[in-house]
This record gives sequence, C-alpha cells and structure tokens, in this order.
Amino acid sequence: MQRRVVYPNRVLPYLLLAPQIIITVVFFIYPAAEAIRQALYQQDPFGLNAQFVWFENFALVLQDPHYWEAARVTLIFSLAVTLLAMAPALLLAVMADRVVRGAAGYRTLIVWPYAIAPAVAAVLWLFIFHPDIGYVGQGLLALGIPWDYRMNGAQALLLVILVSAWKQISYNFLFFLAALQSIPRSITEAAAIDGASGMRGFWLITFPLLSHITFFLLVVNLIYSLFDTFGVIHALTQGGPGVATTTLMYSIYRDGVVNVDLGGSSAQSVILMAGVILLTMLQFRYLEKRVHY
Amino acid sequence: MRRPHNWLAHFILILGALIFAFPIYLAAIGSSHDAGTIGRGQMPLLPGDQWLTNYQQALQSGQGERVRGNPALGLMQNSLIMALGITFGKIAVSLLSAYAVVFFRFPGRMFFFWLIFLTLMLPVEVRIIPTYAVVADFGMVNTFEGLIIPLIASATATLLFRQFFLTIPDELVDAAKMDGAGPMRFFWSILLPLSRTNIAALFVIMFIYGWNQYLWPLLITTSSQMQTVIVGIVKMIGTGEAQTDWHLIMATTVLALLPPVMVIILMQRWFVKGLVDADK
Amino acid sequence: MRQRVLSLLLVALLMSLLMSASAQRVRVEFWHGLGGPLGQLLETITDDFNRSQDRFQVNATFRGSYPETMVAAIAAFRAGNAPHIVQMFEVGTATMMHAGGAIVPVYQLFARTGVPFDPSVFLPAVRSYYSLPDGRLMSLPFNSSTAITWYNRDAFRAAGLNPDQPPRTWTELRNAARRIVASGAARCGFSTAWPTWTQFEQFSAIHNVPLATRANGMEGLDARLQINSPLHLRHLQTLMDMQREGSFTYGGRDGAADALFVNGTCAILHGSSALLGRVRSEATFNWGVANLPFYDDVRGAPINSIIGGASFWVMTAPGRTDQEYRAVAEFFRFISRPEVARRWHSETGFLPIRQDVFNELNAAGFYRANPGRDLPLLQLTRTEPTVNSRGLRLGNMPEIRNIIQEEVENALQGRQTAQQALDNAVRRGDAVLAAFERAHR
Repeated sequence: MQRRVVYPNRVLPYLLLAPQIIITVVFFIYPAAEAIRQALYQQDPFGLNAQFVWFENFALVLQDPHYWEAARVTLIFSLAVTLLAMAPALLLAVMADRVVRGAAGYRTLIVWPYAIAPAVAAVLWLFIFHPDIGYVGQGLLALGIPWDYRMNGAQALLLVILVSAWKQISYNFLFFLAALQSIPRSITEAAAIDGASGMRGFWLITFPLLSHITFFLLVVNLIYSLFDTFGVIHALTQGGPGVATTTLMYSIYRDGVVNVDLGGSSAQSVILMAGVILLTMLQFRYLEKRVHY
Repeated sequence: MRRPHNWLAHFILILGALIFAFPIYLAAIGSSHDAGTIGRGQMPLLPGDQWLTNYQQALQSGQGERVRGNPALGLMQNSLIMALGITFGKIAVSLLSAYAVVFFRFPGRMFFFWLIFLTLMLPVEVRIIPTYAVVADFGMVNTFEGLIIPLIASATATLLFRQFFLTIPDELVDAAKMDGAGPMRFFWSILLPLSRTNIAALFVIMFIYGWNQYLWPLLITTSSQMQTVIVGIVKMIGTGEAQTDWHLIMATTVLALLPPVMVIILMQRWFVKGLVDADK
Repeated sequence: MRQRVLSLLLVALLMSLLMSASAQRVRVEFWHGLGGPLGQLLETITDDFNRSQDRFQVNATFRGSYPETMVAAIAAFRAGNAPHIVQMFEVGTATMMHAGGAIVPVYQLFARTGVPFDPSVFLPAVRSYYSLPDGRLMSLPFNSSTAITWYNRDAFRAAGLNPDQPPRTWTELRNAARRIVASGAARCGFSTAWPTWTQFEQFSAIHNVPLATRANGMEGLDARLQINSPLHLRHLQTLMDMQREGSFTYGGRDGAADALFVNGTCAILHGSSALLGRVRSEATFNWGVANLPFYDDVRGAPINSIIGGASFWVMTAPGRTDQEYRAVAEFFRFISRPEVARRWHSETGFLPIRQDVFNELNAAGFYRANPGRDLPLLQLTRTEPTVNSRGLRLGNMPEIRNIIQEEVENALQGRQTAQQALDNAVRRGDAVLAAFERAHR
C-alpha cells in the first residue's frame, strides 16, 4: 500500500529512516538474531557448555503435547482478547466523541487505570477477583456461582482474557478517539443532513473513515494479546490450573526467564514469530484491501 | 442533532468510567488505611484516616516500619526522565520513518518497514541476555541512555503514523508541491499539525509505557540512585511471605499515577476537534 | 520541550558520572531477591558491615524476585560484569553448582583469600544442602526456612478441638479439618502453600523416601524422579479425597495460599516457617505452629525435614582482583557471625542457621518467651539427615516444581487420576532432568 503522489528523492528517505533503523538493528535485530541462534544449541544458562544440536530443540517443542495445548489456548485467548479489547473501546470512544460536557473528565477516567503499575494492578485484581478476598469473587459465590479460578480452567482462562482486554481497552479507546476527533465535523454533519445519522450513519459514514485506525488496532491488539499478556497471566494464574492458561508466549517467558532454558525458549519464539509474521502478512495483504484511506 | 443521544452517551461513559476507575479507587482507599488491614485481605471500600501520615511517609522517606524504600520523589524523577526520553524518542523516530515509508518511493522501502515491524514480535523478556550484552558493550549499564535508547525503536508508532499518513488526500500533497513546499517543509508545516491528535494519543500511551517499564530498568540499573518508581514499588511488595507495608505501597502507587494523569490532562487540548477543519 | 528533555538527560548523565567517581574502597556488588522488610534488614546488615571497617564497600541491590535475580546475574555474567555475590533460591542450587567457571565455591574463596572461616558452625541440615557430597561448602547459607503446620487456635476451639493438641498425623489432620468445616469454625479446613515444596519435597524427606534417585540428585546428574511411589500416590489420593469431601482447599501455586491462613479463611496451613513475620503482624486470631504431619504406619517416620530459602553465591568476571574476593570473604565472615545470625533469626521467621546461636538463645530463655519459635529448628534437626533428607540437587528444579504443580492441579480438577498425574509428572520431569544432564556433560 502506498500513496499515488510521492516525493522524488533518493537520499532523504534513507536519512529519515536512519535513526529508527540504526536503533532497531543494534538493539533489536542483532540481539534477536543472537537469541534465534541459541535455538540451535543446547546449553547451560551461563553459556559455558554449548552443544550444537541442529533442530532438536524445535523437534522437542513440536512433539510436546503441552505445546499444542498451549497453541489451542493461545488461539482462544488472542481472538477473545482482541475482540473484547476493541469493541467496548470503540463504543466508549464514539460516546466520548459525542458528548461535549465532561468529555475531558471521561477521557481521563477511562485512560487513567492503564497507568497503574502492573505489579500493583496484580494485587488489585486479587482484591477484585479472588474467590476468598475479592469483591467480585465473593459476590459470585454469594450468587451461588462456584467461582474458583484456581481450580477451574475455564474460569481461569475467562479471567485472564477479561483482565488482558480490560488493560488494553484504554489504549484502543484513546486511538479510536483520536481518529474520531480528526474526522472533519463537516463530513458527519453533511451525512446527517442527508439523513444518515444514528447507527446507520455511523456504520455508513464514520466507521469506514475509521478503517485505517481499526486495521492498525487489529494488528496491534493481536500482537498485544500474543506477546504482551504474559505479565497478566503470571500475576493471576501462572499458567494454571494445569496448563489451562499457558499461552505460547507465557510458556516462552517461563522457559526463558524462570527456567533459563535458552535453547527451548528460543525455539519456541522462532516458531511463534514465524507464525505471527505469516499472520500479519496475511492481514496486510487481504484485510488491508478493505481499508479506506 | 447530537443532543437526543446524549443521555445514552453519558450513561455508557459513566458506566465505563465506573468499571475502569474501580481499581484506582481501591488503590486510593488502600492508601488511607494502615498496613495490616490490607495484608489480612480485607480491602475496605471506605476511606480510612491515615491519608496524611501515609503520603508524608511515602513522599519523604519511603521508610515504613519495615520497608526501606527510597523517597518517592527521587524515584519519580528517574521515572520521569526515562518516560519522557522514551516518549519523545519514539515519537520522533517513528514520525520520520513513517514519513519516509509513505511519502517516498525508494528501493528497500518495504524491507525496512518489515524490519521495523519485527520489533513487535520478540519482546525484551525473550532476548534479555543478548540485549543486555549489547548495552553492556556500549557501556550504557546504569545510565539513562541505556534505559532509554534501546526502547525507542517502535513499530507501533511507526504503524500508527503510516496508517494516518495514508489517509492524507493526494490533493493536499499536490497543492503543497505546487506552492513550492519541499519535502521537509511539507512535513513540518502540514503533516505535523494534521497529526496532532495522533501524536497526543501516542504521547499518552508511550509515556505510560515508559513509566511502567519494570524488567528493563531492573536489569540495566544497579545503583539505587537510578531506581525507578515501579522497581521501587515491586521492591516494597517483596516476596509475600513477609509482612508488607501495603499502605505505603498504595500511597506510592497513587503518587506514581500523578505524572501519567498530568500527561493525559496536558494532552487533552490536542483532542479538541476544530470546528473549522483544516481543508483536508 | 525537546531541548528541555535533552538538558535533563545531560544533567542525569553528569550526575551518574560524578557518583561513580567517589569510589575509594574496594567495591563489591551484591544482588539479592528480597524485597519488603526482609530486604530492608539485609541491607541494614550490609550497611553495618560497611560501617564496621573502611576498606570494603558492599553495595546491596534488590534485583526483583529470585528468578529475576537469577536471570539478571546470568545476563550480567555473559556480558562480563557479573555481580560479586548473588543470592539464589534453594531450587537454583544445582544450576549454580554446575556453573563451573562462573562461580567460586565458598570453600575455595576462603582458602584462596586466607580469611579464616569454619563452616562447621552451620547446622548440618543447612550445610549439607549447599555442600558437595564430600562436605565442601559451595555457597554461603543465609536465609533458611523449613515447612511447618500453621493452625488457627481460635478455630480449633470453636470446632471443639483441643488447640494444645494440633494434628500429628495425616489421619488426625484430616479429622480436624473435617470437623472445622462441619462445625463452621472456618470456611476452609486445610490448605497448603508451595504445594510441591510441602507436599512432595518435605513430605518425601520426613517419610524417608526418595524424591529422586542418586540421593535426590546429590550424587549425580543422572538422577530421575521417584514421586510415583505407592506412598506418594497414597498421599495425592488423600489430598484429592479431602478436596472432594471439602476438608482441603487448593489455594493456588507458590505462596498464594499464605493469605488464606492469615485472613482466617483456612484453619490449617502448610507453609514456610518464614511466614512468621506476616502472621505476627496481620493475623487477628490466636495461632500456633506444629510439625508437619506424617503417616504413622510408615516405618521410621517422621525424620528431619529439609530447608528452603536461599544462599549466597560468589561469581566471577574478567579482571576481578584478589582484593575484591578478599572483600567478599570478609563480608561473608561478617554476615555469618553469631550476632548477625541471631538478629536475622529473631527478627524474621527464618531459622537460626548456627547451632551455637540456637543454644545461646535457648539458654537466654528466648524460646520460653516465644513459644513455637524453636519448632522449625527442632523439626529440621530431630534426626540425623539420611540420604533422603539431606536436601535436593535436581537440575532445572524450578521447572520440575511447575510440572508437578500442573499435573497435581489437573488431578485435583478431576481431569486425571492420582496415578496418571504422578506418572506424567515423572515422565515430564525426567525429560527436564535428562536435558539438564546433557547440557552439563
């Protein structure tokens, strides 16, 4: 996807790209390549004793039934988180775009929770969801719902999905709102005069104008749900009960940081990365065709 | 014509705000009680009477009966430098690179775009060991450069600006060209002003991202003068086996929320839709 | 605005340059994983050392949880700037012990620097956990705990149980827990923190059965798990039955169940003796401690329990001088002194790791004034350690703990039988052990 009208210049684009590319190569691509190289070795954590094993780490990962279980959990988790993080955010953003009075207050209140330190957020979630000490947990029990995410895999998965989505709603809200605010008022007003207001007007006129940001958020949220949610899982369920909330990334995090199994966690990252790159390319290729710029 | 729906909009927003502000409310309430109350797993719903003492303690000494923290002010100063560095850095480099990718045609364009995009897919937690090695080779351990620069590359921001730049009508670019505006002039006087709501949104998000960094500062800084507020909070929480000064932790959490809130409020005015739009 | 940030950055850079210029003493980096009040006490002790002399300066820094501290030390080692001392949890012992040139064993440190040090002052149960089979000490013991039974005396009384007679055996524990729940004295009868540590590692030790072959890994890397033995099976089945009848509540992984005892939800908890600080400050009921229960038809049971906690390891880096090792040795000598050990023990729930400290406190009446404070030590030292109760030295132990937790959770959820759970745990755990063996050949 590119614009029709562009600037003809041979040197300038490279200069513009340089800062980002340099930082990316030095602090990202090089260390990442190093991490990926580790996927071909079996070694002790200190790197004193490394053995080149070709693709054995990959074979071990792919033969492990728990890995496929994690892939299944990841699929459910990511789709649910993406949907639950985007839809309410869009609703809230549209509402916040409509009101004039109190708009700033709402914006602050909705974005603010995003800023709570993750470590403290983990504690606060317990006070909300824990079956023994949490308000919502106790409430559910009082209603006769046997709420215990420590023992019920489905409930545990539901909990990490809700909390992960909740964390991301503020983010999506802000970008949806930014996009709504940059739609010229004249367009929506003209549409309203033509009789396209309310729900119909929104889907007919406004939403297509949001498609570029929706596409952006779709990509970002999928990647968020895949890569950035292990903190939530670690704080709430640590992947349990059993492996009910072990996503692919949580397994990488646990093998890499807690178990310091560099070969195994690198092999898992390579597989996950390859999958996500493929998925993202498909998104760009097929989904982006439907985006109106 | 917007008026009839306003009560519905307010209702939904209030509901959303209630759900979203509840954890904040709990933290604020927690910061007004003594330590034991929260430790017993009884987070009250109503404020206690320890507001003043707790906040004074958190701000000035960070020293509870049992917890040795650093005074929150110093920690917050470190966090502020780091968060602002990351935010400005990210926005600057990604504005430039998105501009290059969208408004120019040159060999390797898509290659570079995907190279940047890859950074989303291998979080720092997975490549801690090699990344640390690079930072150590540059002698950036225990420095703000080491805290900031490796986190500046941002695929999210680049993608966001790319998405937005693609919506800029070609006519606008043509008109600018006709007026004799060179590429940098166009960037400064047309593109940047048009991007203001996106920049504002990104500023808020990136500031919070930088502010809430945990594992990276934990690894890169060893001197207590460089500690950030999040690392300080985690240190106060400790292992869970020992008793914990929850009141101080909650007070520090609420204090640590203030800079992000300031940023949100400061950025608000960029969010006001112009009644007369720039002709776009 | 951007200029202001740049100048801020510049100021910060200058500040950090100025600070690093003030080093005169031999500086030693000490990374630890203790947050909260324990971290404070540890750093106070470090400050005391720095004040006690003017040649060495130990800089103690909190590096996150134990796993985070471990990964930070590994990353730093690979980049050539490992800390001089790193605190490592007990399950990381095998990893550190096989870290070859990355560490300096403590016995070598003292031999090399000529600093006098007598490891025999430490309790045998503590020393053996961190020693080679021939008795040479590899790391410096510091914060050691063991698993004990915590119980709520008020709930016992309310249920018509004698609070002065806590359950000794699993049968008694089960009956007590049933009675507590049935009488409504507490919502939950029994729960356990650190499920793998208390219900498998400690359980195996006090019943004198192996957790793994090769003396629980102490005698070789080719150790394999043995937790699908009839006794382990019987125990997991007991827990599952107790859960079904409502007398056992699973409280989650690691220390998650601690909160359930402290807030009065559960009347009996198996947890770390180091929970003391928290119980003391947060529990609003009368509580007591007791030995871990055992099956009284197992011959010879109960014997001594094993430790948990952490120890200090000495790490190497290119260009490290003898003076720096000397500083480490002096610091170790200081931190092992009786008065430091006494302070650490009496202000926290950790064990007195020196026998003389225990004797001295005992003579001074400390344990009469603080009933139950000697119980963890007495349980730990009630018999001579056997091959099954010297400690554990299994590679990738954190991962094995997780595997056992996962399989046990699946059994408690009713998704597999106790036998299946233990067989799966052994199969998966053995694969982890085999990988460790291969990486360290």
